[in-house]
Amino acid sequence: MPLLLQMQNIRKQYPGVLALADVNFDLMPGEVHCLLGENGAGKSTLMKVLSGALRKDAGTILIDGEPVVIESPADSQKYGIGMIYQDFKLVPELSVAENIMLGSEPTKGWLPFIDYKKMHRDAITALAQLGEEIPPTSLISSLSVAQRQIVEIAKAISKKVRILAMDEPSAALTEKELKNLFAVIKRLKAEGVGIIYISHRLEEIFEIGDRLTVLRDGKFIHSSKVAEADRAGLVRWMVGRDIDKEYPKIDLERGGEILRVKNLNAGMLKDINLTAYKGEILGLAGLVGAGRSELARVIFGADPKESGQLLLEEKEIRPRSPRQAIDMGIGLLTEDRNKYGLIMQMSVRENVSLSNLREVMKGFFINRPRENEVAQKFTRDLRIKTPTIEQEVENLSGGNRQKVVLARWLFTKSKLLIFDEPTAGIDVGVKYEIYNLINQLAKEGIGVIVISSDLPELLGISDRIAVMWEGRLTGILPRREATQEKVMMLATGGALEVSDAG
Amino acid sequence: MQGEVQNLVTKKFKNIIGEFGIAIALFLEILLFSSLSPYFFTADNILNVTLQTSITAIIAAGMTFVILTAGIDLSIGAMVAFSGVITTSILRLNLPFIYSFPLAIMAGIAVGVLSGAIAGTFITRFGITPFIVTLALMTIWRGSSYIYTDGRPIWGLPEQFGTLGSGRLFGVPVPTIVMVLIYIITYVVLKHTKFGRYVYAVGGNREAARLAGIDTRRVLLRVYIISGVLASVSGILLASRMNSGQPNAGLMYEMDVIAAVVVGGTSLFGGRGSIVGTFVGAMLIGVLRNGLNLLNVGSYVQMVVLGIVILLAVMLDQMRTK
Repeated sequence: MPLLLQMQNIRKQYPGVLALADVNFDLMPGEVHCLLGENGAGKSTLMKVLSGALRKDAGTILIDGEPVVIESPADSQKYGIGMIYQDFKLVPELSVAENIMLGSEPTKGWLPFIDYKKMHRDAITALAQLGEEIPPTSLISSLSVAQRQIVEIAKAISKKVRILAMDEPSAALTEKELKNLFAVIKRLKAEGVGIIYISHRLEEIFEIGDRLTVLRDGKFIHSSKVAEADRAGLVRWMVGRDIDKEYPKIDLERGGEILRVKNLNAGMLKDINLTAYKGEILGLAGLVGAGRSELARVIFGADPKESGQLLLEEKEIRPRSPRQAIDMGIGLLTEDRNKYGLIMQMSVRENVSLSNLREVMKGFFINRPRENEVAQKFTRDLRIKTPTIEQEVENLSGGNRQKVVLARWLFTKSKLLIFDEPTAGIDVGVKYEIYNLINQLAKEGIGVIVISSDLPELLGISDRIAVMWEGRLTGILPRREATQEKVMMLATGGALEVSDAG
Repeated sequence: MQGEVQNLVTKKFKNIIGEFGIAIALFLEILLFSSLSPYFFTADNILNVTLQTSITAIIAAGMTFVILTAGIDLSIGAMVAFSGVITTSILRLNLPFIYSFPLAIMAGIAVGVLSGAIAGTFITRFGITPFIVTLALMTIWRGSSYIYTDGRPIWGLPEQFGTLGSGRLFGVPVPTIVMVLIYIITYVVLKHTKFGRYVYAVGGNREAARLAGIDTRRVLLRVYIISGVLASVSGILLASRMNSGQPNAGLMYEMDVIAAVVVGGTSLFGGRGSIVGTFVGAMLIGVLRNGLNLLNVGSYVQMVVLGIVILLAVMLDQMRTK
């Protein structure tokens, strides 16, 4: 078969970092070519070069065997290249239809007025292909993350594309939505569209991929048919070493009660009853929007509760602000650490000490030597990879950012730590380190609650799994009884014969 | 690893350019005016520049706090007038100067506290954007100044009051000394206290700061009070220099003050900037004014030149952050 796309010896140099070192990549019509690698491996950079969002420093791009010049997104669109970016490129104050048709609005004949009827019709058609019914007039800002992802995909497929690159399209999708996405991919394949698929989830690669290419540190590492690859090999190529087990689980001794939630009602949360123990990892499963993050925010005092009780170490608490919750010994590692967890323009040092500055005060002033010491200690203990503690967290990778947030909560000496999607967007290698850290904390007697949409991960690290559905707690499964099927059943509102897991 | 180190080195270099870029511009400016006017680089004239700049520079220190939180305070010019007329009106009362003076100063500063507290409350409790709240306060205080004085300046003040704005200590103008003290204090507060750190955190990411346990409302409230107080301090100094309470004092000060902060490298999006930068920014503008005056450049032309300098300075800053 003739090659649809060839990227030859692509090089991209950033100040001090070679992001792409003479990478080769090609694509045939009607195939799904998966691009794998850890964060910072160069996948997104390669895609940005293809889309014209970034200029390459060297190398050639050929389409249908002809060299082409791509220097702007307009150029790439001209050649039928579509992109679905990891961080959405949607305008929040415009409607779904306006976003999907952005840049290709239908007009009324010769008049320069937008034909809204046609626009809405086209948008509905694009969404229907994904099996979704999102009203085309809804504002993007009113949609959930999963819905935004779907709009982003609809936007890409509404245009006539020959090459479609998807950067982590599944990160926010549920099983059902993912199935629809795969169905669309299969249809596009049949139409001869070449698809570049980037994902951290290996299961998806095996399910949908035809060929795969692994990048590491900006270099081409390996390329083969998906059918010829195995999981362990892929991880080894991506990480550059063996990882014996994906989830390091250690036996923990369950201690006393750390948190009890009694008949809690707040916003979407309905009558929640839940107990967490010291020295135990309690997993919180559910679909996006089931109310897990909302529960975490109420416990953390970030949102108010309407009725019910919270007991910390069997004493009732009423945290009315994060500050109060922190002083009681509760820490929350929020989902989307970039948006809610970190002050990006601040240094590692400043982010670590932020919640507990009183510990490093000398009278009115911050004691810099003491503050430095604290930051150094946690950088060492948690193996945060940063040139110095003065580095702005903006310049750190996702995994290291997460460690900075964790360092902050360890410095406040939390008794209860809630991790909301702790490994989202984090490399395989660093994920393993995070699991080990979580284990270590539980072993030291800290109560740990982990919220995760990655079900194998949750099953792999939790001692018990509580499942939520539409603001309710639908069941609690002990580790030995928990399976993907049972959890999914509870997460979709189904009932189980649940043994008493108290 | 080597790449990271190299990256850090280029970053450091960029930071130096950024932090001292404006200082270099100021230095070049001084060099230029020194060569054009023999009088420019004399002790007398330098002190004169600091005196002329002190009024807006003091306000700019407060504005730096506000802009660091991604806010803005447009009410400061009107506050200069309002605190000035309040202070001078109390000095006109039939009281011995040793009583009326502290009373007048306290009253002048109190209106600054009040204005800042009102602004902070509307911004944090009712979620109104700082631009709108302080725009409203701007016209409220300006109007109040005219109502209070019937639109006429307050004259006939005790002679001693004039020393505040026109006096000298060891040859240095009193407003210059006040300015230097305020810059030292605000520098230490921003760089070495918990509150200062919180100002940067709130400006960098308000929700993340709240979830880190920072009382973001209290931080914002204090920031606007600081801005109000420093504006009223300037208002009192200005009234003393003019030996009168002028209801139209401080007109358009917002522009000079915001220009000083922005030229000094503080980001209007919050979270980035420094008090040293603001000082240099204020001086850059002050020196420009003074130098152009010495060269007999008309005030209309000065406005155009100032605008161009602001554009160039901010462009320089943008190139650093890119």
